[in-house]
Amino acid sequence: MAPTVTLDTINPKVLKCEYAVRGEIVTLAQRLQQELQSNPGSHSFDEILYCNIGNPQSLGQQPITFFREVLALCDHPAILDRSETQGLFSADAVERARQILDQIPGRATGAYSHSQGIKGLRDTIAAGIQAHDGFPADPNDIFLTDGASPAVHMMMQLLIRSEEDGIFCPIPQYPLYSASIALHGGTLVPYYLDEETGWGLEISELKKQLEAAKSKGIAVRALVVINPGNPTGQVLAEENQRDIVEFCKKEGLVLLADEVYQENVYVPEKTFHSFKKISRSMGYGEEDLCLVSFQSVSKGYHGECGKRGGYMEVTGFNADIREQIYKMASVNLCSNISGQILASLVMSPPKVGDKSYESYRAEKEGILASLERRAKALENAFNNLEGVSCNKAEGAMYLFPRIYLPQKAIKAAEDANITPDTFYCRRLLNATGIVVVPGAGFGQVTGTWHFRCTILPQEDKIPAVISRLTDFHKGFMDEFRD
Amino acid sequence: MSPKALDYESLNENVKKVQYAVRGELYLRASELQKEGKKIIFTNVGNPHALGQKPLTFPRQVVALCQAPFLLDDPNVGLFFPADAIAKAKHYLSLTSGGLGAYSDSRGLPGVRKEVAEFIERRDGYPSDPELIFLTDGASKGVMQILNTIIRGAGDGVLVPVPQYPLYSAAISLFGGSLVPYYLEETANWGLDINDLRQSVAEARSKGITVRAMVIINPGNPTGQCLSESNLREILRYCYQENLALLGDEVYQQNIYQDERPFVSARKVLMGMGPPISKEVQLVSFHTVSKGYWGECGQRGGYFEMTNIPPKTVDEIYKVASVSLSPNVPAQIFMGLMVNPPKPGDISYEQFVRESKGIIESLRRRARMMTDGFNSCTNVVCNFTEGAMYSFPQIRLPPKAIEAAKRAGKVPDVFYCLKLLEATGISTVPGSGFGQKEGVFHLRTTILPAEEDMPEIMTSFKKFNDEFMEQYEDHRGYSRM
Repeated sequence: MAPTVTLDTINPKVLKCEYAVRGEIVTLAQRLQQELQSNPGSHSFDEILYCNIGNPQSLGQQPITFFREVLALCDHPAILDRSETQGLFSADAVERARQILDQIPGRATGAYSHSQGIKGLRDTIAAGIQAHDGFPADPNDIFLTDGASPAVHMMMQLLIRSEEDGIFCPIPQYPLYSASIALHGGTLVPYYLDEETGWGLEISELKKQLEAAKSKGIAVRALVVINPGNPTGQVLAEENQRDIVEFCKKEGLVLLADEVYQENVYVPEKTFHSFKKISRSMGYGEEDLCLVSFQSVSKGYHGECGKRGGYMEVTGFNADIREQIYKMASVNLCSNISGQILASLVMSPPKVGDKSYESYRAEKEGILASLERRAKALENAFNNLEGVSCNKAEGAMYLFPRIYLPQKAIKAAEDANITPDTFYCRRLLNATGIVVVPGAGFGQVTGTWHFRCTILPQEDKIPAVISRLTDFHKGFMDEFRD
Repeated sequence: MSPKALDYESLNENVKKVQYAVRGELYLRASELQKEGKKIIFTNVGNPHALGQKPLTFPRQVVALCQAPFLLDDPNVGLFFPADAIAKAKHYLSLTSGGLGAYSDSRGLPGVRKEVAEFIERRDGYPSDPELIFLTDGASKGVMQILNTIIRGAGDGVLVPVPQYPLYSAAISLFGGSLVPYYLEETANWGLDINDLRQSVAEARSKGITVRAMVIINPGNPTGQCLSESNLREILRYCYQENLALLGDEVYQQNIYQDERPFVSARKVLMGMGPPISKEVQLVSFHTVSKGYWGECGQRGGYFEMTNIPPKTVDEIYKVASVSLSPNVPAQIFMGLMVNPPKPGDISYEQFVRESKGIIESLRRRARMMTDGFNSCTNVVCNFTEGAMYSFPQIRLPPKAIEAAKRAGKVPDVFYCLKLLEATGISTVPGSGFGQKEGVFHLRTTILPAEEDMPEIMTSFKKFNDEFMEQYEDHRGYSRM
């Protein structure tokens, strides 16, 4: 008898969902990596360089010492009471660990917490949000989650009733959004960012797409904005943000603000402002706008991807909705405690005067300055390639260069039955061991080709990356030039 | 202006249908009372550390070292951490690519999955493939993923035991499927009757439902019963005949309190049945670091192991896992340590065994204390807790009590449990949260309160219960099975 769970009989929404960041190109890379291990010298490169995923610590970035001290002490509180501990850990880390443990009933970091996360930690996070924004934040609006991604899923689940429900997403976008919309059976309504103007977001484009969706019978429920952008890296101007807030308020859309890169801004002329701050400073409160803001411990300067820590701050909705969100969170009981603690540390790091402040600041600034340099170096390198143009990475962790592929290359791709950008990226991988993600994985204007490359390889590797890439590209163009 | 997107009326109906009583009405009321200063004993959820159970020392030492690897370079580290913890930390760090702060493979660290496969092989005597083992942020996430893969729509049914752990009913609602109940027989120690199973499936099919999968929870939650090998063979044969995938929730496999029916995994029995069944029945088995004697609920560590699932389906499951990037790495290390604990001769071995045995033996005693305590109460009948972490006594509510509940607008067992809470501070979960036969009422409590607190808790319960029964009893008779 035919087995019950086969490709023909699984949930079709699962089949529909795609996630290129860990898609085909990565599988290929892993195979090459195995080949290198079992047969060194079998390729023209020594190692695979994973530039496909925003995973800083996998490429040598060091964690923030203070955070790890506190986490280690919270994992093993038995050593807190020993006098020798002062020698191994900084005094303020010991103090902070004690404070945090006092906020956890029974100091039990191994117990399920409140389904929204430990109250004391939410208080800390709310205070941190308030310090950033200058407007009050309510700990009851905060839901701590295993990374920002589960929080995004929760909101999609809540908002999507059927295929007739649409969610506005930027194109290009981080494919968590397209994947979760597909998984929950909704429709992605695209709005195109303008490459010519540094990936600008035009309200006229939003209006146009909204009308088009409505005419197809789609009820658009929410607008996703990723700021700073992924893969595009742009930091929104305040005026732009105000226009977006007005638009959402007018059209009754939930604003889903993905702000996980809020600490990654590399240009002096731009500053990150949260959408909550912007809307409150416009005089808009709970009655005016439904806003969900996402933050994570995975990015910024801390880069703690493997910890799965994050939260969403949900404002502007009423008590019976909050009950439903709470109920959904409660089915999973709670997010991992260590991640919750880390989220609170990220939102209230060492301050001036704290014992660890100087070393913390040095670590943080070192990482951010290096990211800025690498962003610039790679941007320049891409712009120096024939037929490639690359917008500046104002923020986030990625570059998204556009490649103008010659006809011959496009034809070769067609013959191989893959998109031209995939063709380019595979060739790049096979020649250099560098893994990037084809632009098709993020969405792009039809007929344009891009790829996303992270700025995360260690700084001393960047020159080699640039030269390998440059040599490859030259060879590629020599082969396919019209 | 049109209704806002997050207005109640315009929410996803499936979300509204979801119920999860474990953190529902009773828990919320208990939390309110706690805020008002009342002493509450939370027995609503299997959360051992919240009730004073201490974490095992060794794993905490290892993970602390992994969190702060700079400690490993400190000359004084040996003052705090035994040499085997230091070695283990180095071992697990070497399995990561960048330490605890890097996303791992979306299935979990290959090295840890290999250790899980080796554990399964030692336990069952049959080889296990690490490629078919996915680590998850708690077993619940794994359950949700598998159910989401199976359920296409309302026409798809999943067999779920009644009473059940309400993650299953919640997940089925969320994904828009149909729950097909099969009733466990309380008088037969919560045993599974194949005929009842057949009947449930026939009924579902007559309503046009395609029954796709069957869930077993072994040991049971809330019921605690341990399935015998012959029971498992019966179930697997049934799944083979009816073309059902089997979901084996085995998270309580370390929590066994009797010796007649030790834990035997569904996979072991399946493999032992030989072809064709051993090669055909699709099985997914779940485990966790949250239960057993580890009780590390807050880490969110779990795994599922797939047997006889076609490679293309495995690819799709991998794809969905990749959207969430990776399970949290510290919990993966806990999982590695759980399947690969200290061995005889290791420095930390004796302490580890002492701590583990202490917990398990105490749980066994508490299981007995609670069962006996409930059975000594008026109108209360309680099956022995053979395994898991719960007691699920039947409360025979008198008609007058049921009427009083109706007047208060409450389901009868909710009414009883609220009164219990107000009177004693004991926070339980009404049986209606788990499912029960019509007109039969239960509550679920855990066996987790500290052993020294147990006598007082049972006394307090008995006092409340017997007074309640006195108040509402009359001689027309009372609810019975």
